[in-house]
Amino acid sequence: MSKTGLIISREYFTRVRKKSFLLTTILVPIVIVAFYAAIIMITIKGGTDETKLAIIDEAGLFTDSLLSQQKTIKASVIKNETEASFTPKYKDQGYQAFLYVPATNFDSTKNLVVHSASSLSLTNSFAIEKLVNKAIENKRLINRGIDPEVFKSISANVKIENTIDSKDGSKKGSAGIAYAVSFLCGILIYMMMIIYGTQVMRGVMEEKTNRIAEVIVSSVKPFQLMLGKIIGIGAVGLTQFAIWIILMGILTSVIPLLVPGLAEQVGAAAAAGSTAGKDMNMLATITTGISSLPIAKILFLFMFYFLAGYLTYASLFAAIGSVVSDDQQEAQQLVFPVLMPIIVGFVIMTQSINNPHSSLAVFGSLFPLTSPIVMMGRITYDIPMWQLIVSMLLLVGSFLFFTWITGKIYRTGILMYGKKPSWKEMLKWAFMKN
Amino acid sequence: MDLLELKNLKKYFATQKAVDDISLSIKEGSIFGMLGPNGAGKTTLLRMITGIFYPDSGSILFNGKTFDPQNDFRNIGYMPEERGLYKKMKIGEQAVYLARLKGLSNTEATAKVKEWFIKFEMQSWWNKKVEDLSKGMSQKLQFVTTVLHEPKLIILDEPFSGLDPVNANLIKDEIFNLAKNGSTIIFSTHRMEQVEEICDHIVLINKGTKILDGSVHNVKQEFKENLYQLGATTLPEHMMTYIFEVVKHERDKVLLKLQDDATPNDVLKHFLNQGIAIHSFNEVLPSLNDIFIKLVNGTANARQFQPLP
Repeated sequence: MSKTGLIISREYFTRVRKKSFLLTTILVPIVIVAFYAAIIMITIKGGTDETKLAIIDEAGLFTDSLLSQQKTIKASVIKNETEASFTPKYKDQGYQAFLYVPATNFDSTKNLVVHSASSLSLTNSFAIEKLVNKAIENKRLINRGIDPEVFKSISANVKIENTIDSKDGSKKGSAGIAYAVSFLCGILIYMMMIIYGTQVMRGVMEEKTNRIAEVIVSSVKPFQLMLGKIIGIGAVGLTQFAIWIILMGILTSVIPLLVPGLAEQVGAAAAAGSTAGKDMNMLATITTGISSLPIAKILFLFMFYFLAGYLTYASLFAAIGSVVSDDQQEAQQLVFPVLMPIIVGFVIMTQSINNPHSSLAVFGSLFPLTSPIVMMGRITYDIPMWQLIVSMLLLVGSFLFFTWITGKIYRTGILMYGKKPSWKEMLKWAFMKN
Repeated sequence: MDLLELKNLKKYFATQKAVDDISLSIKEGSIFGMLGPNGAGKTTLLRMITGIFYPDSGSILFNGKTFDPQNDFRNIGYMPEERGLYKKMKIGEQAVYLARLKGLSNTEATAKVKEWFIKFEMQSWWNKKVEDLSKGMSQKLQFVTTVLHEPKLIILDEPFSGLDPVNANLIKDEIFNLAKNGSTIIFSTHRMEQVEEICDHIVLINKGTKILDGSVHNVKQEFKENLYQLGATTLPEHMMTYIFEVVKHERDKVLLKLQDDATPNDVLKHFLNQGIAIHSFNEVLPSLNDIFIKLVNGTANARQFQPLP
């Protein structure tokens, strides 16, 4: 094995074998999926836990057919009681709440009173409001001589679907999903660059303060040591990605098996058109939305920009690690100018998702210090080929340039102790011969 | 044959002439002492010999050929003054890793590490981490990792600092052993008594230049001050003579400094004529410590920063 290979494998295995790596790598997707599953479970279970509502209907608003349409609350009309006589009794009869509808003609709007043992939940109060309004609407329709069934048949309920016409034919799309995928890719690259960049810096600082650097550079070239560290840590990042993708796949396919009947419940809820059903419709939108995206292209671009972006920044982080000594504060001062473009890139990315062809978005996705993040904001849209090629070339070029420059700073810095060098000195090192 | 030959080496930093025109040669199989006060330029010189720094000018011949760090890494073992090991890495793995970086194969490295661990009674350390070791223990480990790949040239910068006498002796014996088996050792230190004990040849470096070069014996002869110590049962109170002057007078012995034209025999005759019973008489050679202080003294203790033209 070459010496650089040896260094890469040391950097890789010491990190991958750490308990903290295993923990974060395995826990993060489990937490995300568990959270996702919990939300679905809660929305479904919420529908089966019915609230019992009594209605004293002096106006004769409610019909049985109307009441049976309501799923989240179980409402029944009580006869031969008044508001005053029923108030002390409804709890004993097993009702959580009762609605009093006085005898009026409801031509003008008037608020109604619901009595309840404890304050009504938001869902329940919406459901009761919806029920009452529906009943009053029906009453008014009848009063004006319109059959409610006729009204229902003529009211419109149209949703907009997006069809994307790309070279490979037309597909159903979803603006929301495109947005989410862009944002997710951008934020992942942003986080990975900062997390793994800082790891490179820490690793270099550790070698410098431990003075192991001096021992190692008597066996290998400083550049080999720096490159080995950067590649080794980058490989750790890729491993983490791979494990996440695999785990997510396993978990999402295993969860429906673990919770039997989930699919049926989802189907029933969707058919009934309740709130849970809407979530399920959303799931369907997500799947069609995702399938409408050019997955292969997105994956390729994501990997490319992650790797090239990481490599570009990692060499900068390595150079910083090599010039500071033990002092965390010194490191922070120097890290700031490196973090700036990453943060700016993130801001431009959020803008460019909404406005993928604006001049700011185009600039941000070409400028090599921001392009890895900003390009993710445009990833789901059609990016002109020339922009992609220029952006990639610029990024690779700047990676080579930065590695060359920082390699020299690193070589000098790693053996220097004491005072932190000034920017001027570092520039001098960077452009020194040999 | 000279294993290492330095010719007119120079290395200037922004504020200092760290190494200013140093030439020296080191015989194969010898133990070579490199002495000098703090900041004299020793570390810079050693770093050039290990290939960490490139000299600004001058040349290094290693084994008769121009020094090529890329190929000669394998033949050099360097133990820097500030010890360096990965704190969180297991000791056995670490030793194997460092040996493999020197170019040994995995099996070769593992076998060597095991062999040395047994020699130094460190077998139980294999799965421990460096942070679990005391300073002296990590020193031993560092020494092992330095000599493990059987380098032709071993450079030890203050190898005994922090070691107790037992472990210091262990390493000292090992240094003699390595030299006997043909390794050349450069030994950099401020501890003069160790140099006298171990080294064949020394150079003294101060302010980036070589101010002394020679074998320990020759250096001492060169700097001797005609001092003799004489022991006798009784000594007269006053010893005024033109042959010597008294440097130090104790109850039963006296330290004498001979005048330039006097010989030891003149001194003995002088005392014998007085009927004094002599029981010992020997020449007092200056210690390297004295020579070191004499040479370095008078120059500023801390090196001043000097602007370069």
